[in-house]
Amino acid sequence: MSVLSEELRERILAEFPKYPNKRAVTLPALHIVHDSMRCVSVGAIEEIAELLELHPSEVHDTMTFYNFFKDEKHALGRHRIWVCRSISCALRGGEELLEQLAHRYGVHPGQTTPDGKFTLEFAECLGACEGAPCILVNDECHMNMTEQSTKELIDRI
Amino acid sequence: MPKFEPVLLARINRPNSTSLETYRQDGGYGRLKEILSTDPVEVINVVKDAGLRGRGGAGFPCGVKWTFLPKDHPGPIYLCVNADESEPGTFNNRILMEKDPHQLIEGIMIACHAIRSNNAYLYLRYEYGTSYRVLSAAVKECYAAGLLGKNILGTGFNLDIVLHRGAGAYICGEETGLIESLEGKRAWPRIKPPFPAIEGLFRKPTIVNNVETLCCVTQILRRGGDWFKSIGVPPEAGNLRDPGSYGPKLYCVSGHVNNPCCVELPLGVTARELIEEHAGGVWKGRKAKAVVPGGISMGFLSDKELDTKLDFAGPGKVGCLGLGTAAVVVVDDHTNMVDVLYNCCRFMSHESCGQCTPCREGTNWMTRILERIRTGQGKIEDLNLLTEVAGSMGIIPGTTICGLSDGAAWPVKNAISKFRGDFEEYINSGRSTVTSAQKLMAAH
Repeated sequence: MSVLSEELRERILAEFPKYPNKRAVTLPALHIVHDSMRCVSVGAIEEIAELLELHPSEVHDTMTFYNFFKDEKHALGRHRIWVCRSISCALRGGEELLEQLAHRYGVHPGQTTPDGKFTLEFAECLGACEGAPCILVNDECHMNMTEQSTKELIDRI
Repeated sequence: MPKFEPVLLARINRPNSTSLETYRQDGGYGRLKEILSTDPVEVINVVKDAGLRGRGGAGFPCGVKWTFLPKDHPGPIYLCVNADESEPGTFNNRILMEKDPHQLIEGIMIACHAIRSNNAYLYLRYEYGTSYRVLSAAVKECYAAGLLGKNILGTGFNLDIVLHRGAGAYICGEETGLIESLEGKRAWPRIKPPFPAIEGLFRKPTIVNNVETLCCVTQILRRGGDWFKSIGVPPEAGNLRDPGSYGPKLYCVSGHVNNPCCVELPLGVTARELIEEHAGGVWKGRKAKAVVPGGISMGFLSDKELDTKLDFAGPGKVGCLGLGTAAVVVVDDHTNMVDVLYNCCRFMSHESCGQCTPCREGTNWMTRILERIRTGQGKIEDLNLLTEVAGSMGIIPGTTICGLSDGAAWPVKNAISKFRGDFEEYINSGRSTVTSAQKLMAAH
């Protein structure tokens, strides 16, 4: 049985006309699979490689360069919360915010809450330094965050 | 000085600023048909004569870059829009994309016409989800209105724009790293030459331009090169190598200020003016100890260097690497430079792509030396060791392929030469300022 659903395959194939070769679809394909399955498993890598006419090691090589993508041993929770730790945020309490959230939810950076709701991570500069400290919930940025406002945000998702 | 009326940011507070309708109401795409009917060489000359220098960090003259493409190439020729904005402290591209996407799209159209390209790839960092959605909608509107696709406005010009999302890697902002990433590979910068203009994306001639640069192109073609040249700083008299610093610039101010902001001003404003007149001064009534002039890889200004003009030439005159992205990060006088430098080094170590040994090892060891100092175990000799490592890595000493390494070395060089007292006092005290939050991150 294949790892990738028909729908995911269709979405990957729909990327092909945008590029002059199939290899360029590597990142779009990884995003499509990762978003949906919360990780990219070895089986998924093999099937992406087949679609893109690459060796699985080529897809694996690209995937692991970007720390963004998780393998099946480190699958993400339903949401991903990144806390910025780079200079502008660190000067205004970003690292401490990460620590407060880690304590409140009982997870280390990189871990997922026991209920599978979210994975907590640190991020390098999120490009929202005018609202430091900032966090990213999936790919939505939230600025001027405190432990309390982040908790309220997490309650809503 | 009279108040500067923003141009690049003129529309950001307008209701529905992202829609095609309001953009057109404000004169957007008004001259597009005429521009697309002009000889591309003339368009290049307008941009070249305006003196536009790239806004992404290197400051290379934009029109000159465009002339590096081979003449009469059968194509395809590609434009890559560098929207991988990741330099710590920098967020102006995000604002331009989120608030006025059509200004950027018009710039892409003009640039593609000028360089005879029918394919633009916009490489957008993944973290900019709002930018992605706003740009997707704007591109869709353009296709529906006949502004993208085949035979645009009846001029015979064809253009497709593809939005391509990155995956959280700083190195993709380096133009050949970006190209490799777009091709589906690890983002390892290429050895140059060949430069992308000769052999770039998919081995074809390619121009890589930053978002803000392309927004300037839109305004230059609308208002004229003379308008652009009436703003900013002309070349230094007698210095033939200085092309000047013309035009408006988006300065990002963050860190220990009362009102962190992105503000558009003529190139050449000083760090002090930015902090005091635009960012509400240093927070908590404190003084600035150090100021990053253009993203952390440019190094630091000391409190005595705050009157440095932030044009392309200014930061270099006081030992910084350059203007970079014009992202100004303010550090107050209650903060220790050992802790600030550690943050910078940790970032660079995390983001080094690992291809060149001096960078991979250098960024890692500089971080580890600072970790040792920060646990109270440092020795005064460590400062010379840090300086030695920093001096051995980068394009400038000739040991690496790309400039990430120079940008990793510069804050170390500047911090130790300009704030040596901070480091010596820290080491001699034997104290540690490692926080529990940092221990938590290091443990994982």
